[in-house]
Amino acid sequence: MKKTSNVKVAGFGGQGVMMFGQVLAYSATKDDLFGLWFPSYGPETRGGTANCAVIVSDKQINSPVFKDADHLVAFNLPSLEKFRSNVVENGLILYNGSLIKDEVKEEGKLCIGVPVNDIANELGNVKVANMVMMGAYLGLTNLFSDETIEAVIKKFLGQKKADLLDINMEAIQKGKDYIKDLGVNYA
Amino acid sequence: MAKVLMKGNEAIALAAIKGGVDAFYGYPITPQNEVPEYLSKHLKANGKVFLQAESEVSAINMVYGAAGAGKRVMTSSSSPGIALKQEGISYIAAAELPCVIVSVMRGGPGLGGIQPSQADYYQATRGGGNGDYQLIVYAPESIQETIDIMKESFDIADYYRNPVMVLVDGLIGQMMESVDFDKPVKERFLPEKDWATNGTKNHPGKINVANSLHIDPNNLEKHNIHLQEKYNTIRKNEVRYELVNFDNPDFVIVAYGTMARICRSSIELLEKEGISVGMIRPISLFPYPKEAFTKIPNKVKGLLTCELSHGQMLDDVLIANNGKHKVGFFGRSGGMVPDPEEIVEAIKNFDERVVN
Repeated sequence: MKKTSNVKVAGFGGQGVMMFGQVLAYSATKDDLFGLWFPSYGPETRGGTANCAVIVSDKQINSPVFKDADHLVAFNLPSLEKFRSNVVENGLILYNGSLIKDEVKEEGKLCIGVPVNDIANELGNVKVANMVMMGAYLGLTNLFSDETIEAVIKKFLGQKKADLLDINMEAIQKGKDYIKDLGVNYA
Repeated sequence: MAKVLMKGNEAIALAAIKGGVDAFYGYPITPQNEVPEYLSKHLKANGKVFLQAESEVSAINMVYGAAGAGKRVMTSSSSPGIALKQEGISYIAAAELPCVIVSVMRGGPGLGGIQPSQADYYQATRGGGNGDYQLIVYAPESIQETIDIMKESFDIADYYRNPVMVLVDGLIGQMMESVDFDKPVKERFLPEKDWATNGTKNHPGKINVANSLHIDPNNLEKHNIHLQEKYNTIRKNEVRYELVNFDNPDFVIVAYGTMARICRSSIELLEKEGISVGMIRPISLFPYPKEAFTKIPNKVKGLLTCELSHGQMLDDVLIANNGKHKVGFFGRSGGMVPDPEEIVEAIKNFDERVVN
């Protein structure tokens, strides 16, 4: 992997934006890397939009804030519009193709739309759209192994929601398959 | 315990438990609410005291009482809440009682905002309370360092019979990081608390009084001189700082807490452009690491103080620098957190930043 990945995750409240970010930070911790997760908190999260920043690194993390993300994961159009100009050269913009119909193009950046809501609906639960996105993200970046992600999601769901592990893992696989079928290489 | 991912506020709470806290008294305020939330779950379950008071003033006076009884006590709050506690803090310092105060700074003045800030440096080091008193103030830069300092701070408070303040900002409180709770901390020999006002059956024939009132000016001056001697011992023993990239710097940044961490990235970016920048990172704000400034090479072009405020630690930098080097300042406030590139620009345009 690249030594440090600065990731911005954004979308509507309820789309699993915070969970998406936390799964990355938990996975980094599990793999004995350094993980940092920072949510937007306070008034800006009320009224619909949520975003968080995640840093995954193989060395001690310096600044907890960054100007431009290596990877932007946008779950809706307002988030894409807000953060698309703050992505590094050769960075990745991964967006929700179910809600963002127009093809996204940014020079020098890889832009990939994945219809995560549609895929999640096909699986029978729109709530796992974020894990479809996770599958696509991992398919592109290869940041973490399936074992790591499964262990983290298992812990995340806890005993109360343990029955949801299968559909979450299935969602991740669908996301990965979608990227594979596109034939895109990023990492 | 292997590394875990934990939110700063929760890590503060767990570290307090590991540090042996007996009682917590507080009143809610953003962005530190996960500290009491976590402790409310775990303290009572372990036979300790968790109490949400009716106000900050009550909470700090409960700390005063429980500290007087010889218990390990803490409170936590954020900027306007810490302001309300100042009277009690001065009383506790005057009565020489140990306690730990966690201050998770947000934007001010007044009610201000709830986003990260470092505008309470004066409040922490100069005191909003009355009189010649000092807190021992630590300003960690990461959740790991916050944990290590929290664990040790109860010992330090007990050792000096003085309040210790752990000063962080809303960013450290709200973010999550991979941390290790098993890093060992310095062990200290702690004498019996034979001064505790915990009932004469515990100290027969001896009357212990926790008090901050000395009507006779003679006595009060003696008490003040004694306090000053203690603060001088603290100045001698408890200075903590880190020198970063000090090999052959062109400039030196002075920054603490979150700001220091941001500056670490700025230093890396500047290095790539051939500009070598070192950093003095004070970890103890009182005692202030003046001695670090004697290690700055003469040829340095200037010192840039960086804060999430409009210049408070700047005073201590100017005192420690004592006119030797040019001193510049870069600050953001109100909850605005700069990215590393802004400090890169400030170093490149250092002359515009000079204040002395």
